[in-house]
Amino acid sequence: MKEKKSLFHEFSKGILKENPVLRLVLGTCATLAVTTAASNAIGMGLATTFVLVCSNAVISLLRKVIPDKVRIPAFITIIAGFVTIVQLIIQAYSPELDSALGVFLPLIVVNCIILGRAEMYASKNTLLPSILDGLGMGVGFTATLLAMGIIRELLGAGTVFGVPILSGFMDPIIIFLLPPGGFFVFGILIAIAGKLSEEGHAPEALGCAACPMAASCSKLKDGNAEACTAETKKEEAES
Amino acid sequence: MIKSLIAIFLAAILTENYILNKFLGICPFLGVSKKLNTAVGMSCAVIAVMVIATAVTWPIYTLILVPNNLAYLQTIVFILIIAALVQLIETIMHKYMPPLYNALGIYLPLITTNCAVLGVTMLVIDKFYNPASPMGFSYVQALVNAFGSGVGFLVAMVIFAGVREKLEMCDVPKFLKGLPITLIAASLVAVSFLGFSGLVDGMLG
Repeated sequence: MKEKKSLFHEFSKGILKENPVLRLVLGTCATLAVTTAASNAIGMGLATTFVLVCSNAVISLLRKVIPDKVRIPAFITIIAGFVTIVQLIIQAYSPELDSALGVFLPLIVVNCIILGRAEMYASKNTLLPSILDGLGMGVGFTATLLAMGIIRELLGAGTVFGVPILSGFMDPIIIFLLPPGGFFVFGILIAIAGKLSEEGHAPEALGCAACPMAASCSKLKDGNAEACTAETKKEEAES
Repeated sequence: MIKSLIAIFLAAILTENYILNKFLGICPFLGVSKKLNTAVGMSCAVIAVMVIATAVTWPIYTLILVPNNLAYLQTIVFILIIAALVQLIETIMHKYMPPLYNALGIYLPLITTNCAVLGVTMLVIDKFYNPASPMGFSYVQALVNAFGSGVGFLVAMVIFAGVREKLEMCDVPKFLKGLPITLIAASLVAVSFLGFSGLVDGMLG
């Protein structure tokens, strides 16, 4: 029974408590770029979830085979392989989605969420929890993208999934579809998620601990995020 | 010819700014823009890696992948080239240019997973690739675009570092403290860059 509960926790933590976009602030580029329409947001979210689950599964299985020193390049290769698969599938079955996502489809490869989960979770855990972790993070990512896509499409074009909702009621505010609107909606969503979270405030800055390159970051000694912030604070005090 | 290169360069900085118009490289934009000198250091490293990566990936794509019908391997090949390249630059810099390494070295590992670098190598191929003469003028255009994109990255980082230094002094509502107000500030900087749209076409077109 206890086992079951903890497995459910692996899945559910990514959706709210450790939401990759709103709480850990990872994968911001894709979040901002593809959320001009709700349908693009869903497509991007599902593609990323697929890559996340598959790469988590494979990395978890290979975690004892991959030498520690070359693990980051090995992870990137595995992730890139799955991204290519997704790319080919989407090109074959949904060319419109492919052209809407454009360069952000191959760029899933450098989405910090995937490398971050590989480094922080899948390389240390067994198969089943890793898959659930990937699924939970993927669902959290997709849900956030969908929320942003709906807000921006509704305010910017007056439609949701292409269905007119606001026509005749108010004129669309086009700036929500343009880059500034993306930054603005994202900022407000992070603030709301912070307010609803246990800490009761939004993250101060990008989390160093969540960064997949944390291990190779020379400021971050022994993978200890405390040292990183302490050193930055010391530098700030000196300057 | 020169005119078209200038147009590409200016467009990459102002109207097609990677951070503020294309949403590429947001992580360093939010992460390292807190202080001016780190913002400049990071951007210089990005400019160098962008130009070198484009210079290497373009011939590999056009001369090796395309003739052998392997274009679908683009994503894997490019990310591995960039990762290897960053490692190589880091090693060379460490050995022969220690002062430069001390200034820029800490940013190099972070650049491997910077989507702006992978983005630029792929976007220039979408934009300029000409099967008739893969290594001709289009190669120069691609390199100028990569350099301009890097400079655009620098411009956005420097402007935003200035904005954030001012923001530190402000009394922000508790609800928006931290990241939200930073993103709203970024939104306003992006609005100012919207003002450049059409500028390059109007000037040189």
